[in-house]
Amino acid sequence: MKVSLRVENLRIYYRTLRGYVKAVDGVSFEMGDEEVLGVAGESGCGKSTLGNSLILLKPPMTYMEGRVFLDGEEVPIWDNEKMRRFRYRRISIIPQYAMNALNPTKKLKVLMDDLLREHGSDFKSHTAEILRRLKMVNLPESVLNMYPIELSGGMKQRMVMVISTLMNPSLLIADEITSALDVSTQKAVIEMLMEFKSRGFVRKIFFITHDISVLYQIASSILVMYAGKLVEKASTDEILEKPFHPYTEMLISSLPKIGIKYGERKLKGIPGQPPPLLKPPEGCRFKDRCPYRHSKCDEEPPIVEISDDRVVSCWKYA
Amino acid sequence: MMVLENVTKIYRIGTFGGKRLKAVDDVSFEIDEGEIVSLIGESGSGKTTIGKMILRLIRPTSGRILFNGKDIGQFKKNELKDYYRKVQGVFQDPFSSYNPLYKVDRIFDIAREEFFPDVGRNEWKNRIEEKLRSVGLNPLEVLGKFPHQLSGGQLQRLLIARALVMNVRFLVADEIISMLDASTRIDVLNLLAELKDSGLSILFITHDLSLGYYISDKTVILYRGSIMEYGDTEKIFNSPAHPYTISLMESIPRIDERWRMRSAVIQGKEKSIRNGRMCKFYHRCFKGDESCVEPPLIEVEKDHFVRCSKIGT
Repeated sequence: MKVSLRVENLRIYYRTLRGYVKAVDGVSFEMGDEEVLGVAGESGCGKSTLGNSLILLKPPMTYMEGRVFLDGEEVPIWDNEKMRRFRYRRISIIPQYAMNALNPTKKLKVLMDDLLREHGSDFKSHTAEILRRLKMVNLPESVLNMYPIELSGGMKQRMVMVISTLMNPSLLIADEITSALDVSTQKAVIEMLMEFKSRGFVRKIFFITHDISVLYQIASSILVMYAGKLVEKASTDEILEKPFHPYTEMLISSLPKIGIKYGERKLKGIPGQPPPLLKPPEGCRFKDRCPYRHSKCDEEPPIVEISDDRVVSCWKYA
Repeated sequence: MMVLENVTKIYRIGTFGGKRLKAVDDVSFEIDEGEIVSLIGESGSGKTTIGKMILRLIRPTSGRILFNGKDIGQFKKNELKDYYRKVQGVFQDPFSSYNPLYKVDRIFDIAREEFFPDVGRNEWKNRIEEKLRSVGLNPLEVLGKFPHQLSGGQLQRLLIARALVMNVRFLVADEIISMLDASTRIDVLNLLAELKDSGLSILFITHDLSLGYYISDKTVILYRGSIMEYGDTEKIFNSPAHPYTISLMESIPRIDERWRMRSAVIQGKEKSIRNGRMCKFYHRCFKGDESCVEPPLIEVEKDHFVRCSKIGT
């Protein structure tokens, strides 16, 4: 695997009046070129913070430590000014609630022109490509003269997809882009995204979602986060076939599947709740909900390399 | 128990209400005692409107809704109060069902003042604690708290507990688990199934087919206000007959089978017929042609109805 994104011991905290909320707490991973890496976890596990920190640290997000390398070059995520060179051109994002990410007072054409000028180009020099891509996502040319309010939710989603990838970024962060969509629209949006990737508009995708079944469709590997920590990372097939971390195992077995009915087989959730990240407990953060808990779990679990591209953070495998 | 007869709802839209939108179009189905019926459809299909009409938050433009044989549209004062004592709703966003300035206990206090003023405080409190335990909550952990101190799953279970304290017979559950995390949503789902076993009827509104499959006896597939397919859950999922249902089934992300991705981004041919009487799915349908005019709902097998002119072709 040719590594093209490397994140080392990244810590991103939220500064609050009562102290730091440890949203991303020492996360390291690698991502191959042309890979779709799925990031899964419950709300509040830090997956969106992780994705967002790679492009823009919005206060109260605070950089604590860690390094990021993209295609062999260090990404200065702690430096807002220096990041301008990376943002949009090399690292881009389709944010959560992308439907509301468009400035409502500007026609889409003007909005795109502003954005492109901000990055040393303009609408005119990209017109042909924009029209080509609009056609690919099934949007008529006339949308360019419309205001965002005139587009439906699904249309806006596709529009944002075109805008975000216009500079052919190396890395695209897709943050819960299909979570608000119904199944047929969800599939259509993902098909378009994959088409964009196969045409080289984006090289690799960091796909954040709480829905593991969506990741099974598109991701080559999955990274599972829990309470600010990486608990497991492995290839999609391996992790679904044989999850190692107790959290991953319980999460996957709680998913309803077609063919399973309550009357025949009752699925179980995970009792308890994630710990508060303002003062997380010592040691493993999942221990309070874990059926395999033992005394060792009060110490920080090691990150165990099971194989080349498989890591799990649990005392069971140490 | 709950019967919808040719229910239609037309909204007036546009700046001066000049345009009309048929949100629900001639919908009929019924929910029996102790039955869970899933109402499945995409956004804008009218599923929430149906739930609201059952709760009488909005009135149908035409058609009737019968509860135990009585038209709920005719209910006045006491009858209506009695209706709400038996029929309640729980909605998608649990946070918006609470007033953030008050402790969560208030939802129970109001229910008592409004519906059960004769029940003593202590007895009411006992009932609350009993029901909270039955939905898997520890009364000591949730009572006396403000909404922001609890998780979405806890708030949602509190609302279900409220319905149970009132001993309702029918629950409209509108997307109640789509905001919950995977690890907790299944518990709420199991809870609904247990309540059904004790005789509660539930209209389970969702866009997530696998959740609907897991707990429901019957399934209604709604598309732009019309029922496209209706019947026994098992039959609809195992042998979907309407092209819309088939496309939905193929779009479900599964963890045992990968999608067949289409590489061509543009889907569906442009169809030229613009006729208000055409099947609503005509423009997206791979089978549709000029003969697809006002297809009726036909029974293709026992407990399985489909609205499609192309059945058997």
